[in-house]
Amino acid sequence: MNAVFPVKNYSFPDDRGHFGPYGGSFVSETLVRPLRELEDAYRRYLKDPEFLAEMDRDFKTFVGRPSPLYFAERLTRHYGGARIYLKREDLNHTGAHKVNNTVGQALLARKLGKTRIIAETGAGQHGVATATVCARLGLQCVVYMGSDDIERQTVNVYRMRLLGAEVVPVESGSRTLKDALNEAMRDWVGNVDTTFYIIGTVAGPHPYPVMVRDFQAVIGRETKEQMMELEGRLPDAVVACVGGGSNAMGIFYPFIDDEEVELYGVEAGGEGLSTGKHAAPLCCGRVGVLHGQRSYLMEDDEGQIVDTHSLSAGLDYPGVGPEHAWLKDRHRANYSSVTDGEALQAFHLLTRKEGIMPALESAHAVAYAGQLAGEKDKNESIVVNLSGRGDKDIDTVAKLEGIRVAVNTVISC
Amino acid sequence: MVCRSRTFEKLSGRHAALIPFVTAGDPDPSETVALMHRLVEAGADLIELGIPFSDPMADGPVIQRASERALAKGVKPVGVLQMVRDFRQRNRQTPVILMGYLNPIEAFGYQNWARAAVAAGADGEIVVDLPPEEAGELKNHMDEHGLDSIFLIAPTTTPERADLICTRARGFVYYVSLTGVTGAASPDGRRVKAHIDEIKSKARLPVGVGFGIKDDKSAATIAEFADAVIVGSALVDRIHRSSEAGEDFKQAAFDFVTELSGAISTSRDAEEASA
Repeated sequence: MNAVFPVKNYSFPDDRGHFGPYGGSFVSETLVRPLRELEDAYRRYLKDPEFLAEMDRDFKTFVGRPSPLYFAERLTRHYGGARIYLKREDLNHTGAHKVNNTVGQALLARKLGKTRIIAETGAGQHGVATATVCARLGLQCVVYMGSDDIERQTVNVYRMRLLGAEVVPVESGSRTLKDALNEAMRDWVGNVDTTFYIIGTVAGPHPYPVMVRDFQAVIGRETKEQMMELEGRLPDAVVACVGGGSNAMGIFYPFIDDEEVELYGVEAGGEGLSTGKHAAPLCCGRVGVLHGQRSYLMEDDEGQIVDTHSLSAGLDYPGVGPEHAWLKDRHRANYSSVTDGEALQAFHLLTRKEGIMPALESAHAVAYAGQLAGEKDKNESIVVNLSGRGDKDIDTVAKLEGIRVAVNTVISC
Repeated sequence: MVCRSRTFEKLSGRHAALIPFVTAGDPDPSETVALMHRLVEAGADLIELGIPFSDPMADGPVIQRASERALAKGVKPVGVLQMVRDFRQRNRQTPVILMGYLNPIEAFGYQNWARAAVAAGADGEIVVDLPPEEAGELKNHMDEHGLDSIFLIAPTTTPERADLICTRARGFVYYVSLTGVTGAASPDGRRVKAHIDEIKSKARLPVGVGFGIKDDKSAATIAEFADAVIVGSALVDRIHRSSEAGEDFKQAAFDFVTELSGAISTSRDAEEASA
């Protein structure tokens, strides 16, 4: 299919949402028609100048785009190698890249006449971003969240409720993001006539992976322009963390054709890949089908999905967007992992060196960029997608260090 | 071409057939085969056996929990096939249809799975998250080994797609009576009938109806126009409750299926009388 924002020598996915052997649409029959209607709407409106103008206006005045590209001078000096730039998605309204996609999908929902929005969330960032746009557009909002995640992200749960969203705890399975996605999908099956499902990442059945990528690609397009302004050339490398993979696809996609730009995706290494307690399907998973798509998965020999582990709730997911699987196989992007400990170190380092507190998810990308910068020459440059800010993680970090934070909010469900 | 499988023959009779669904291994893997025999004694014309999966996206809470319990007891896909094989030692006639999700089959390997399922004595399989557009390779292997590929048609299915599904399906077509997960609210009999009549006008296959059929009354309503009535969550729930209460869950299943079977026969008789 023709991408809405085409890249010259790259034309994935195909008409049925396949990225080579990955992607596709593996759903129960009831959802086939709603997904096709969604695809039609996405294709129509993302070529409609009026719709695009509306989205751009929202990006500018509601989200606060363009987000700055910041030269991290002291961090660069610390690692003593390539120049490190941070794409400041943490400065977006609601504090992460997630809002780019929810603005786009909510506008689409309104065009389709849907009055009820559902979403799944892990760390709560996508849930907050969804609740935020729903408040603004006056749409009913229901967010599914694993009960374990509700416990580790109390502040975001409260934020969603303040915004008028109903947060539904999911008690099934491992009570994390994957189960929240199952539950949201079940809700959608039962309410397709009135309800629009805003998936928060580049995973799920077609057209979600391509649609979410296209909404997030604003990150990469801005980065390109900003690098040309600041350095007069493209970066040598782009680094982003990968859970489902939306911030990474958003910044990678506009660079896919620029083969001299290396793309690095960083998965959650948890307690280390050898311990099995991680969330790194691209690094050591197998190919399978989950949540409507074929991609790399964390599964056992019988094809049952296994529990994952990461310090950061946003990366704690056993699957990954199909386009990442495809970029890995084509060797266009490299995927590796960073442990909980390394991410935590990077969290502190960036906070102290630059006065920027990253989300634990984004801290994974920072940690990897540090290693990479050390291997690169001083006149080379690396852009790190700083996908979110770390306020939501203060409790987690404090707990790890045995500190009780006074602002700890207790919310009953 | 219509593939006249055993399932097809069984459901092509003049009267509606009864298809109870149970999750393999719940509540006790060592009792599943005995449970299947009891279902047949109670009037099951065909048995649908669920293969537990960690992420059953199309299922409501009752079957989700049953899956979780079965997995916790170590039930694996290969173990489910062993149950079918054991069932076949005493029953060679009653068709057994497997129901599950794609990923465990991917892990097993498509061809190996189709071969092993048929060798064990299974007659067909419903892969809930595999619409016909994505089914090509697995369906080829299923066709080759003679495992009926049973596809779903939903209230949201367009007439064009229904045509496509009817061409590709084998054994029977499974009509999902409501837009929702398994075990959700009761279907609207009249709306279902209108759809079924339309599908039957083009399908050369029997049409079974499932999702949301909870009791003898709703079973009788559906039996008036469907070729088969599929009862899942309501049965799984009874089995679970009686097992939790320390009662004989096989007897509870027997009683419930006897009730359903009786209701369907009454509906058959009424149909005949009016014919």
